[in-house]
Amino acid sequence: MPAKTVVSSFVLAGAVSTALATLAAAGPLTKAEVDAATAAKKEKCFGVALKGQNDCAAGPGTTCQGTSTADFQGNAWKFVQGGTCASIELPNGKHGSLKPI
Amino acid sequence: MPLFKQRPQSAYAAFAAGLIDPSRVTPSVIAGPKGKAATRRYNVYRNNVTVSLIEALAAIYPAVQRITGDDFFRAMARSHIRITPPTSPLLFDYGRDFPAFIQQYEYAQSMPWLADTARLERAWLDAYHAADAEPLSSDALAAVRPDRLSDVVFKAHPATRVICSRFSIVTIFAANRGTGPIGRIDASTPDDALITRPDLDVGVRHLPPGGAVFLKSLIAGRTLGEAAACALEVSRSFDIASSIAEMIEAGAFTAAILGDNDDH
Repeated sequence: MPAKTVVSSFVLAGAVSTALATLAAAGPLTKAEVDAATAAKKEKCFGVALKGQNDCAAGPGTTCQGTSTADFQGNAWKFVQGGTCASIELPNGKHGSLKPI
Repeated sequence: MPLFKQRPQSAYAAFAAGLIDPSRVTPSVIAGPKGKAATRRYNVYRNNVTVSLIEALAAIYPAVQRITGDDFFRAMARSHIRITPPTSPLLFDYGRDFPAFIQQYEYAQSMPWLADTARLERAWLDAYHAADAEPLSSDALAAVRPDRLSDVVFKAHPATRVICSRFSIVTIFAANRGTGPIGRIDASTPDDALITRPDLDVGVRHLPPGGAVFLKSLIAGRTLGEAAACALEVSRSFDIASSIAEMIEAGAFTAAILGDNDDH
């Protein structure tokens, strides 16, 4: 078993002091600045990000999705173009691809 | 007028069973005006339920959708929905199992980074919906006596999440959450992400080597001294000072607490 690392109070005190100095360098905001920043961010509306999903969603072109028994999964690899996956690479030269296995 | 006159619970169950399974016949509990089978009417529900759930997944996992393209995403989402119907009426809570599904989805195997990218997106939404809390101020930490610092424990902010990956998920996430052009991304750099929401905006940051272990230890209630030691075990280059500065800046915690023998 490797020797357990111990961090001394001295080291920690130095680290915290450095951290606090780093943060202080950013400068505390004045009350007016805090109020302005808060006001600018007050627009968050809970739930809005997922709005409308209880509405009638199945418009033209989507109406087969709930009723088709066709094997979308088996055909999924055909639906390949249009994504960004080809720009994401692994070092062995393998690009992301949606080809059939 | 009630839709079902008798035994509503079993009638609802019969109505629901075929909604995401098109191979089932139209349930007999519903009928048209003259007692005919109501297949076309029922199909309206089938389509709406399926498309609504696909749209919910698309809203929760926009980067995954952009990476795969719409058609692949919808096919993959539909496959998931068929085997994992929602258990809650809250749509933002749906799709929690989607990253695990992607991980084993046959046609996504050539994109091994995709499941972890989805985990990061899920963490983003969970942080968004987490309870509000005032983040720990640097003054609160400054008030702790230097010789007691190693015994300090921290209370995690409700929004704080740490996601670790063998792949460059923060880069992939950041490039694909927007609509801007995407250059080449090397997916092979292991990436640990810190997700916080100190105020109203969710923030996602890269963590340095050892940073995830440090924060996870603190979140689990280990002391500052223990967490720093754990992080150094993982990475000798772990920088305690910059990690403490970052966790305060990110708003990852709400309080610094000393134990019973606190005399400060």
